[in-house]
Amino acid sequence: MGLDRRGFMKTLGVAGTTLALGKTAFAAGKGKESIEFYGILYDSTRCVGCQTCENSCAEKHGLPAPTEVPEAGVIRKTDESRRTVVNLFKTTKGEVYVKNQCMHCNEPACAAACLTQAMYKTKEGPVIWRGNKCMGCRYCMVSCPFDVPKFEFHSANPKITKCDMCYDRILEGKKPACAENCPAEAITFGTRRELIQEARKRIAAQPDVYSDLIYGEREAGGTGEVYVAQVPPVELGFKTNLQNESYPALSKGFLYAVPSVFVLLPVLLLGIHETTKTNKNHQNEGDENE
Amino acid sequence: MKTSNFEYPIAKDNDGKTIWKFLISEFKPKGKIFTPFNIISVPVILLGIVLIVIRFWKGIGSITNLTQEVPWGLWIGFDVVTGVAFAGGAYVLTFIVYILNNQKYHSIVRITVLNGFLAYVFYAGALLLDLGRPWNVINPIIGNSFGTSSVLFLVAWHFLLYMLAQLIEFSPAVAEWLGAKRARKILSGMTIAAVIFGITLSTLHQSGLGALYLMAKDKIHPLWYSEFIPILFLVSSIFAGLSMVIFEGSISHKVFFNQISEKHNKEQDGIVRGLSRICAGAMFAYFALQVLIFIHQKRWDLLGTPMGYWYLLEMIGFVLIPMLMFVSGYRRKSINMIKTAAILTMVGVILNRLNVTVIGFKWDEAIRYVPSWMEVVVTLTVIFTEIWIFRWVVRRMPVLRDAPIWAKNQDK
Repeated sequence: MGLDRRGFMKTLGVAGTTLALGKTAFAAGKGKESIEFYGILYDSTRCVGCQTCENSCAEKHGLPAPTEVPEAGVIRKTDESRRTVVNLFKTTKGEVYVKNQCMHCNEPACAAACLTQAMYKTKEGPVIWRGNKCMGCRYCMVSCPFDVPKFEFHSANPKITKCDMCYDRILEGKKPACAENCPAEAITFGTRRELIQEARKRIAAQPDVYSDLIYGEREAGGTGEVYVAQVPPVELGFKTNLQNESYPALSKGFLYAVPSVFVLLPVLLLGIHETTKTNKNHQNEGDENE
Repeated sequence: MKTSNFEYPIAKDNDGKTIWKFLISEFKPKGKIFTPFNIISVPVILLGIVLIVIRFWKGIGSITNLTQEVPWGLWIGFDVVTGVAFAGGAYVLTFIVYILNNQKYHSIVRITVLNGFLAYVFYAGALLLDLGRPWNVINPIIGNSFGTSSVLFLVAWHFLLYMLAQLIEFSPAVAEWLGAKRARKILSGMTIAAVIFGITLSTLHQSGLGALYLMAKDKIHPLWYSEFIPILFLVSSIFAGLSMVIFEGSISHKVFFNQISEKHNKEQDGIVRGLSRICAGAMFAYFALQVLIFIHQKRWDLLGTPMGYWYLLEMIGFVLIPMLMFVSGYRRKSINMIKTAAILTMVGVILNRLNVTVIGFKWDEAIRYVPSWMEVVVTLTVIFTEIWIFRWVVRRMPVLRDAPIWAKNQDK
């Protein structure tokens, strides 16, 4: 999965995408050039539930085309054979469609959980899965607050499957398949910063149409997929109890304590061992006296 | 050259047999074949092997009830997380005997370390059954794929290193069995280093097993989730391990009575009483921590729910009550009460680990995960196989019985 950085930069230049210079809050790593994370803005007010995104996703990833249609009261979930689903919700403002897929968190729990870096936050933003590294422990599934990674339980050579934001297409300078093909322009691809601005603009322009919350702006430390809709997220099946701090931060304290324990505890143990040696001698003498 | 290498150590201590003849004779069964344990365990192990073959052939879902929402079930929650807690006796006892230099417990160190070592080999080994892509298991060990931000990375490394440390701690017994005098001298010289390393590793991975679940904040029932899971897991591994030592000791003393010298047999009650006092102390600390966390998180309103009653049962029935029984058993010198307390404590530890990993995990999901009978059989297969190996070793090596005289002379 080696990434040809130079080639990538060229493509970006051709595509005319803005390259952010210097370090931004969302910059991925300490590479020579920093680029902003890409993301997707999904607008429920525009979505008509045609499932073109589902079909183009299935086609792109060689998965079976969807057979069910979105239905109010039925929650379809992503699984091994579908990486994105559109659900229909009856809300206070009528029927609203919502597309679900991987949220591509800024600081993904799955990638922090992965002990082989198989689950990996690319510097372009998509969180991808790399089969040559994965050992199938499923800790990513345990950790993901959105329950996104799925596992092929019925395969002898199982894969972890989830949306990868069409990472290969992004490297070629193209949009993800769903964003490319959405006829209603409900799915917008761009840098996360632009998308948040766009979302704010839409809300500000039509405050009576939109609910004023951008889901994904802060949830779980911010996600690459951000949502605007007519109604608050709670009516659309979103998890609303998530913390705004990133999930990897939860185990940071423990991990930071490890080096200190590793250095200090052996010294302490050795010290106790040395100072209690006399105990042993006393006891041995006692034994002999018996 | 060749003959001297092979024959020298064995010839002296094992009736002049060569090492190969000696090893072959050691592989023959000792003891009765048709014991109740064998009659139960052999069919279970055979069935388990068939199930394991199916699992690798058709996938994990073919024999487990795991779902996309509950990806870790009995094999992780019980075999690994609970099994490792029970193996904690080894680090606690090596701390008492080698670090505090308290010789009272010296006679049970070997069997505890053996028990701990085998528990790690088998229960951590059970992880391999649960890995979807086990051929990549070496990636975090050798490869260029160090996921250093992962708690599981730490736990995996620690399992591996701790197994090595325990092997070194136990190796003098193997050397005594083989009559390898020089090897024994070198190996027993490494004991203190291995013990210090092993205790450090244990501290970190016993707590690390709890830290694994820190990121599953919204998935675990709030009565069992707190940022202190790592500390709770560490403290409870102390009395989990020691209860296992008491429990295992009471069985070993019946099954292997002919291995145990009269002196050690006499010491046993004093050892059990001493352990019960340590257990009670650790449980008091644990209970106090749990109460603090409970009050601090203001979880009173959750107590009136079914999960709340379940929580109270665990805390009172299987922590507070056995703790008081340990104290009273120690005071009244009632070994039976201590043994009962040890069993209750073990049930409590199983409950606690399963509550975090399985029962309280996605407790609000409409369809709950319940392990399939096949998962249970595979778990039993792992446990029974471990007991077979354990028995094999105890009957052959100086684990419970006294070390040979030459070995004792080396230590002087």
